[in-house]
Amino acid sequence: MQAESVFRESLVTGGKTVADVSQDISCQVENKPTRLWWTAFGISLVLLTYGGYCCWMMLWHGIGMWGLNKTVGWAWDITNFVWWVGIGHAGTLISAILLLFRQRWRMSINRAAEAMTIFAVICALSFPGFHMGRLWLGFYWAFPLPNAFGSLWVNFNSPLLWDVFAIGTYFSVSLVFWYMGLIPDFAVIRDRAVRMGHMTRAKIYNGLSFGWDGAAKTWMRYESVALILAGLSTPLVLSVHTIVSMDFATSVIPGWHTTIFPPYFVAGAIFSGFAMVLTLLLVTRKVFKLEDYITIYHVELMNIIIIVTGSIVGIAYITEFFIAWYGQVPAESYAFINRATGPYWWAYWSMMTCNVISPQLFWFKKLRTNLVATFIISIIVNIGMWFERFVIIVTSLHRDYVPSSWTMFHPTMYDIGQYIFTFGIFFTFFFLFAKFFPVINMAEVKSIVRATSEKKNKAH
Amino acid sequence: MGNTNKTYWKGLEQLKNDPAYIKNADKEFVNLGVEEDPGHSRRDFLKMMGFSVAAVSLAACETPIRKAIPYVNKPVDVDPGIPNYYASSYINGGDYCSIVVKTREGRPIKIEGNALSSVSGGGTSAQVEASVLSLYDNYRLRGPKIGDKDEQWENIDKEVMSKLGEIAAKGGQIRIVSNTILSPSTLATIEKFKAKYPTTQHVQYDQVSYYGMMKANEESFGSAFIPSYDFSKASIIVSFGADFLGTWLSPTEFTKQYAATRKIDEEHREMSRHYQFESNLSLTGANADYRTPLRPSQSGLAVIQLYNLIAAKAGKSTIDGGLENVANLDKAAEDLWANRGKSVVVSRSNNKSVQTVINGINAMLGNYGSTILPNMAVNFRKGNDEAMSAFIEDASGGKIDGVIFYNCNPVYDHVAGAKLEAALKSVALTVATNYTKDETSSAVNYKTPDHHYLESWNDFEPKKNFYSLSQPAITPIFKSRQAQESFLVWAGEKNVDYFSIVKDNWRSWYYAKNGGGMNFESWWDKCLYDGVLEPGAADAAAASFRGDLAAAAAGIASRYKAGNTGLELSIYESYAVGNGSQANNPLLQELPDPITKVVWDHPVTVSQKDAAALGFTNDGESNTQFGTLTAGGKSVSVPVLIQPGQAIGTIGISLGYGRTKVGTVAENLGVNAYALMDGNSLAVYEGVSLTKTDKDFQLAQTQTHQTYMGRESVIQESVLSEFKKNPAAGRDFPKVSKWSEKVDPATLSLWKGHDYNNHHWGMSIDLNTCTGCGSCIVACNVENNVAMVGKDEVIRRREMHWLRIDRYYSSDGKHGDYQALEKAAENPEVVFQPMLCQHCNNAPCETVCPVAATTHSTEGLNQMTYNRCIGTRYCANNCPYKVRRFNWFKYHDNRQFYQANPAMNTDLGRMVLNPEVTVRSRGVMEKCSFCVQRIQSGKLAAKRERRPLKDGEVITACQAACSSGAIVFGDMNDPNSEITKLLKIERDEKRPNGIDKKIGNPRAYRVLEEIGVKPNIFYLTKIRNKDEAKAEA
Repeated sequence: MQAESVFRESLVTGGKTVADVSQDISCQVENKPTRLWWTAFGISLVLLTYGGYCCWMMLWHGIGMWGLNKTVGWAWDITNFVWWVGIGHAGTLISAILLLFRQRWRMSINRAAEAMTIFAVICALSFPGFHMGRLWLGFYWAFPLPNAFGSLWVNFNSPLLWDVFAIGTYFSVSLVFWYMGLIPDFAVIRDRAVRMGHMTRAKIYNGLSFGWDGAAKTWMRYESVALILAGLSTPLVLSVHTIVSMDFATSVIPGWHTTIFPPYFVAGAIFSGFAMVLTLLLVTRKVFKLEDYITIYHVELMNIIIIVTGSIVGIAYITEFFIAWYGQVPAESYAFINRATGPYWWAYWSMMTCNVISPQLFWFKKLRTNLVATFIISIIVNIGMWFERFVIIVTSLHRDYVPSSWTMFHPTMYDIGQYIFTFGIFFTFFFLFAKFFPVINMAEVKSIVRATSEKKNKAH
Repeated sequence: MGNTNKTYWKGLEQLKNDPAYIKNADKEFVNLGVEEDPGHSRRDFLKMMGFSVAAVSLAACETPIRKAIPYVNKPVDVDPGIPNYYASSYINGGDYCSIVVKTREGRPIKIEGNALSSVSGGGTSAQVEASVLSLYDNYRLRGPKIGDKDEQWENIDKEVMSKLGEIAAKGGQIRIVSNTILSPSTLATIEKFKAKYPTTQHVQYDQVSYYGMMKANEESFGSAFIPSYDFSKASIIVSFGADFLGTWLSPTEFTKQYAATRKIDEEHREMSRHYQFESNLSLTGANADYRTPLRPSQSGLAVIQLYNLIAAKAGKSTIDGGLENVANLDKAAEDLWANRGKSVVVSRSNNKSVQTVINGINAMLGNYGSTILPNMAVNFRKGNDEAMSAFIEDASGGKIDGVIFYNCNPVYDHVAGAKLEAALKSVALTVATNYTKDETSSAVNYKTPDHHYLESWNDFEPKKNFYSLSQPAITPIFKSRQAQESFLVWAGEKNVDYFSIVKDNWRSWYYAKNGGGMNFESWWDKCLYDGVLEPGAADAAAASFRGDLAAAAAGIASRYKAGNTGLELSIYESYAVGNGSQANNPLLQELPDPITKVVWDHPVTVSQKDAAALGFTNDGESNTQFGTLTAGGKSVSVPVLIQPGQAIGTIGISLGYGRTKVGTVAENLGVNAYALMDGNSLAVYEGVSLTKTDKDFQLAQTQTHQTYMGRESVIQESVLSEFKKNPAAGRDFPKVSKWSEKVDPATLSLWKGHDYNNHHWGMSIDLNTCTGCGSCIVACNVENNVAMVGKDEVIRRREMHWLRIDRYYSSDGKHGDYQALEKAAENPEVVFQPMLCQHCNNAPCETVCPVAATTHSTEGLNQMTYNRCIGTRYCANNCPYKVRRFNWFKYHDNRQFYQANPAMNTDLGRMVLNPEVTVRSRGVMEKCSFCVQRIQSGKLAAKRERRPLKDGEVITACQAACSSGAIVFGDMNDPNSEITKLLKIERDEKRPNGIDKKIGNPRAYRVLEEIGVKPNIFYLTKIRNKDEAKAEA
């Protein structure tokens, strides 16, 4: 018998030629910023400024500006940290794991996804920084540096130290990987700038592209470095959130002390990461008119990943409850009953609704190929994932072993401000990126433009 | 001989012309070389001695040195870094405690109990512990004043004396008003004043009066006195509202006695049984085995009922009145009768008739001479209600020309305070010796501040034939003057030196009888060194009861009634700020009330049922509403707290708040409940109402979850009948499942454990003797410079206490029904659990700190390195006991905390800080250190003497403060230590210094044994002397 391969849907639609790719994507960098861009960027700066003020107040007066107390020592800070780190997972997953699996559909989304990863990790990193009581010492005492304390070294038993390494590694590898991919595209912009006579721009982009010459050998090296970095990043995708989950899993607190956490956290991270990628790309493709590059097909594939990871997360939630009952540890049983029925029941049920129920809607093809539905659900998923971390951190802490110390946690404007601050960072960076860097990997996309694309008469 | 060439050589070196010799040949003193240089030459010695002698004589010229003998064998010198201890006496009105004051560089920094005193027995109370900060109160008067103007003492004396002279000349009335005075020399001084101005009368009153008791004793036994009580001899204790562990008469003493009857182990399986009949849930009621909520209006009738029940058994005639169906009363009567002579019945009532019937009961039971000691009359409360009322009437009627308030504040703390304040305006001469500008001294013209007691000389006679001294532990900080000296000056005496007067009095009063052949100076020094002189009680005279019970019954019938349905108010003394005299002390304001756990305020307590009827609700976060409380025609607005155990139909409110002239700490806190009193009675039966207002309010409570949710690994308790059968009754033995079997969690560990080859510090806390009073909390705060953070921060649940006392109520909920378990029972059983860093051997905090700022010591301590801490708070999150405290803000040198924490924010307050303990900076974690500074100084002292550390040389601050002896700290490696014996630690020959000590005491348990963190603190199970356990605790 003969196997007949199915025709896949075209990844780039609209009959784009290689030249179209360069033009469509570079023009965003070359044109003057639009009014819309200015507005969006302005709002980001406002968020950044307000958040920065809250940060400054907290730094000046102390952690007490937040709503934490003697029982709940972490709340929004670490919730936000884990949330941002989770979001920062999709980029590397898309660029590394999907690269290794030869998933070519990733090509038009990986650039933005990686950028999002990097900005999200920057946002995430701000929380372990700011949450320290003595930031001015903590930011270098947490590293195993030679110090004035004789043989005093960092504590390698502490999961927080593992975090320092895991996230540090992840951030640096992701940054290099992302920048690597940008080099040939910077060269495209440079070349176009030379043609257009913008010598300043050409110089800047020439610098950014490290003088890329486009030789076959250069391309070959580029490809192998990309592959090596993909190989390096792949375990990182799994390790980072595994280690973040160990902050909780290695503790003794009921609700934290759970062996299921590593896979559950990784799945949750990919879940939220893809949701965030969708949120951002749906806007970007609209604003930058990239509908031909980021197609419904892309959206659908990502929605399928969201169903899969969302279901894993849902099963993990149920497993936790099962183990809490099966384990017969009174404090742990109570921790889970308290999640669902205690004073923070609303957080728990928000999480369940957003994370477990809402992605199941994507079983309907109509919904997973509907942009508006996808956009709404992608936001809901990230709300749900924020609540997941809040539920794990706050509802486990607020009623742990000794009932006399049970408390409630209420955020102050500074908790909220700190969160807003990271949105300010994220969007400021993202809009700068979208304006000055090519948002789609032109070099790679050109490789999947159909040679036999039906000709379109859009010549220049 | 002159020209002889002979040379006498001095040594071989000279003969050989040794180069080393030649080099030094012409020097008179040969340089001894570096190795042999002793460091100080003879010349240095002479120089230093010359300087020292000169310096000492110069210093001596300025201040006359009075010989004061310190508690340890160090001379009076102040050695930097070395504390000196002085025996002294705490006095505040009639409250007394024999103490030892620790001073550093001339500053008192800590107060501890004086174990040589049999009156206070080495214990302290929260107020005693906190009083050291009152010394450094910024609100103290810095010098004498006329009106609001600073003035010189000489001028004031001149004016006061001329006015006194004028009054005396025209025969006008002079009053000296004071609280109870325990000091014989002070009373003698006042007598001298009275001799000079014969129209003077001395009026003593007490904030909470015991006058009814004295009158009853006068009728019953012929003289007005209050006897000593010895609860330690009582098998059955019945109390009608007397909070003898908290506020009644001499709680520190009674706590110690009571605890002695509650100490049980395998060998001694008997303990006292305690019945409490009361309206508010008091500290004493919380410790009772059987507690019956009772309306105040019925308590007198219940006393008659008890009398009649016992009289029936004794075959005596009964009296009229009596209230049927008081729960547990029949049982109490039976127990009392079965334990005749080994029981005690007490009542708080200030009603003479009630106290007469109480005397009758005790007399029938033969308790006089065994548990009640009339031969050891106490002087703590001598106030005369009638005299005080007469004084206020006279003052209002313009019959008084001069009044001197001696360290008392009746404008605030007397029911007729407002009337007195108004009357004072028309009194010609008004003087107050109060050391702060309080309500009374604000209302007088001449403010002549006395020293704080820590700056004063004085003597006391707390009980008949039990004496003590008070000596200054610091030079007076301000231009205050000993009040006795003021009296003597105004009396025109020549010798106004109060110290010499006290000394002379002791020479003439006590030396001859008790000198024991010593010369006077040595005897005096010894008295001063000991702080106490206790020749012992007079022989017990047979006390024959001859009270008129029929009259008493009639008296009770006229005051008490069985069928009152209206709301009743029961006022009580605050456990923290007491009667309010030390209200400006943040250590007390931030001391949680042992029952309500409220700080910085005093809510009115309402039963669950009444709250529902009146429409008040409390949520789990101390949110409540203001209510308008009306009593005695006065209305005040107070927040309402729903209080389990509150008798239905009654509400309670504490004294000590509502100070108006008090200083920044206590300003605007609460309402003045003295004004609500019904005459001299703390119980108001009529005209009481409480109505809900629209105003919401959030109280500051350090504990908002009231029950322990049936968690047997936290609280383990049983009843005596079970304990007798099995001393491990109530113990919870968690098991962990392995593949094949269930095992003790302690046997499973990832860690190899530690070996403590030197010491292994541990602590045992007996839940049965801990009364929950909280003096340990204040002691810990003072010793360890724990920051007070103020009301708002406590509302945010950020108090910094290293040691807290968890108070749990029982619930009627079924095991596993968590909703129901959250609600306390209407009349709950109460358990107190002191909770501090458990110093886990497998400490979860240590593994998670990224920078190793919290580590394990080689002696089993879990230690904090503040310098290294970066403040991730991971350790606090991972602490199962939630005892770690984070410095959310900079609590020192920060204007934000000026009001709540003067000890770290004012120059005066800072003098109280313990120099041995770091003041923590913002952003670091802190927690109980097992008083590591005390361990260290104990070890150093032993090392200097080249001997091993002895058990009992290191005592933690909490242990020292604990009157009941519930806290035992020591070295678990030492086979002879108290803790080893108490816990019955059996030596494990395989690993004698390991962490897994075999604990032989069946009552000893570690909290949360199932998680295997292996704390070094053990708790002994709570055993209630009840016939049967409640279905669900």
